[in-house]
Amino acid sequence: MQVLFQRPKALTDAPFHYCPGCTHGIIHRLIAEVIDELGVQGDTIGVAPVGCAVFAYNYFNCDMQEAAHGRAPAVATGIKRAHPENIVFTYQGDGDLAAIGTAETVHAAARSENITVIFVNNAIYGMTGGQMAPTSLVGQVTQTSPYGRKVEMQGYPVKVAEMLSTLEGSAFIKRCSVDSIKNINDTRASIKKAFQCQIDKKGFSLIEVLSTCPTNWGLSPVEALEWLRGNMMPHYPLGTYKDITGGDKK
Amino acid sequence: MDKVLMKGNEAIAEAAIRANCRHFFGYPITPQTEISAYMAKRMPKIGGTFLQAESEIAAINMVYGAAGAGVRAMTSSSSPGISLKMEGLSYIAGADLPCVVVNIVRAGPGLGGIQPAQSDYFQAVKGGGHGDYRVIVVAPASIQEAVDSTINAFDLADKYRMPVMIIGDGMLGQMMEPITFPETAGKALAEKEWATTGTKMTRKPNIINSLYIQPEELEKIIMARQKKYEDIEKSEVKYEAEGLDDAEIVIVAYGTTARIVKAAMALAQKSGIKTGLIRPITLWPFPKDIIYKTAKKAKAIISVEMSTGQMVEDVRLAANGACPVYFYGRTGGAVPQPKAIFEEIRRYA
Amino acid sequence: MTREILFAGFGGQGILFCGKVAAYAGLVSGLEVSWLPSYGPEMRGGTANCHVILSDKPVGSPIVNNPTDLVVMNLPSFDKFEKTVAKGGNIIIDSSLIGKKSEREDINVHYIPATQMANDMGLGKLANMIMLGKMISVTKIISFEQVKKGIEKSVPPSKKDLIESNIRAFEAGYNY
Repeated sequence: MQVLFQRPKALTDAPFHYCPGCTHGIIHRLIAEVIDELGVQGDTIGVAPVGCAVFAYNYFNCDMQEAAHGRAPAVATGIKRAHPENIVFTYQGDGDLAAIGTAETVHAAARSENITVIFVNNAIYGMTGGQMAPTSLVGQVTQTSPYGRKVEMQGYPVKVAEMLSTLEGSAFIKRCSVDSIKNINDTRASIKKAFQCQIDKKGFSLIEVLSTCPTNWGLSPVEALEWLRGNMMPHYPLGTYKDITGGDKK
Repeated sequence: MDKVLMKGNEAIAEAAIRANCRHFFGYPITPQTEISAYMAKRMPKIGGTFLQAESEIAAINMVYGAAGAGVRAMTSSSSPGISLKMEGLSYIAGADLPCVVVNIVRAGPGLGGIQPAQSDYFQAVKGGGHGDYRVIVVAPASIQEAVDSTINAFDLADKYRMPVMIIGDGMLGQMMEPITFPETAGKALAEKEWATTGTKMTRKPNIINSLYIQPEELEKIIMARQKKYEDIEKSEVKYEAEGLDDAEIVIVAYGTTARIVKAAMALAQKSGIKTGLIRPITLWPFPKDIIYKTAKKAKAIISVEMSTGQMVEDVRLAANGACPVYFYGRTGGAVPQPKAIFEEIRRYA
Repeated sequence: MTREILFAGFGGQGILFCGKVAAYAGLVSGLEVSWLPSYGPEMRGGTANCHVILSDKPVGSPIVNNPTDLVVMNLPSFDKFEKTVAKGGNIIIDSSLIGKKSEREDINVHYIPATQMANDMGLGKLANMIMLGKMISVTKIISFEQVKKGIEKSVPPSKKDLIESNIRAFEAGYNY
């Protein structure tokens, strides 16, 4: 029998708990495919966040540590310093990485900690039920910005890729999206490049992935993808923001 | 081996290195900064890692990561910084990870002051962070004991897979006393089969985690840990006792305070008052049995602390009404004077 | 035998080092010792002091409340600690920095112009060792030879060339 499609080896058999239309599943799969392609499953240690992806340690078929909210880059630092030859990645949402864990994120990048961060930006807190995120757009209605995010009240959304690219310590920073086949393929290639950056000991790499949250955005999966393209992409332009690995520039 | 004079903080750092700790994550704060400074100097020379974290929160989470990855990891701080570490400490306890945390206590609350205090007792022994968990808390009274306790702390942490806290104060951290380091070289460390080291495709993935959504599952895990805590309460209690046989007044004091109490006891002896001392070396597990046994014979017990009365609550619980338990303390960085303690002894004799 | 010594002066006068030499000298003499510094912001240019206990019994409290010996090198410390000296104890005063005289009659008072002597001898900042020399010659707690060893152990390896001048300063105070 010819196998046309199968689960990546770096994913376990556990069924994802994510909502219909949520793009976490796609991003998990892309990471797992990259781990398979690079043949590093036995060397990889992942760090799960607090947020919708909190159960990531059940899905990735490699050693995993669950971190406190926002602390994944610090936990990953501890792991990497203990085992510099292992591949260490964190998987974090926008609240985890860009609000409560901003200091850990910025300083891991500043130290050029040789880890890979997969940053899932869907502009909202998913697990707690749709509160304003540090990356929520101006005007975006959430449970905690019921009249829309107002700059006088809640300030501006944080552009993580741009911000981290200004640090000398960051090696490879790119913003991708999983709204289309083309962009999904580009995201896979970018995650692979980020892992390769770590394997080559080039330093801190981060892939920001624009992602959807149909449930908390109150949209159908298809509408959500359109909203991502129409609203998030203009504010969060895709592209490479930093690359010292000798690859493509924005 | 030759005796050397060393500051408490530096001696603790060197002891950790001799206990094969090669991963230290810290953040500067008075009066424990010498620990970080010593590690910064020594670690690079012995292939270890010293990392000055961006915060105490980050430092304890780096310890979580490194401990989860199977290496001996340590952090140190002083009171305000320890408060920040409480989140991480709860996660470390909840994920059953071994690590050593040093708290060179200063006066609080808030920014408080930098002089010696024992006002973090509650935080250290009653949890501090959230959830049903314990930390083994060891309170050395001399630099030699700090050295021995630190080395032992790593063994205890590994044995029980839990955090061990060494608690001292600025006096202990800053003073110098002659010490010798016990022979530790070549001591083999136990294999940590549960650690995240990469599966090498030879075993199932290891997961370091404290999240259990199902109450029945979480309760089972907490109760298993509780059983471990009960075992520790049976086998790891440490204390020093002096003059308990015929003492009218028994003082309970720990750490540097106990040394000052000894000066007060000498004054009492001159006045013909028979005093005894119980010095808890482990604050958790607490030496309750000896306190109860003593309370049944003594006229009174006085808990002497550099706080407004924290350990005294545990002393009362232990004495269980068998004799009156009084309290004397100074706080805010003020240190009890032998004469003042003697006055208390005389008052209840 | 227990000596409870308090060294006090300004930060930068080598007060803590002086105490360290005394502690190390005690250690090589086979005594039990403790050394406790003042610490924190007050060290930065303010007053500095350290408590050293030398004893043939294990040291209890490392805090010196009533020194048997006070070595004092500035006026604020003299004003603060003179009255705390134990009856029958010694006070060694750097008379080039402290103009006041002690009015206590129940202690032994020794004046030595240590800072002036150090300047005259070209020994810059070694007034502290001159003071220590005087204190040791008065109290006879430890022998000259043992203090020499204490100096050798206290000077960091990178500053080995300073051992000799420290010993010279100590000797000057010892013979004063």
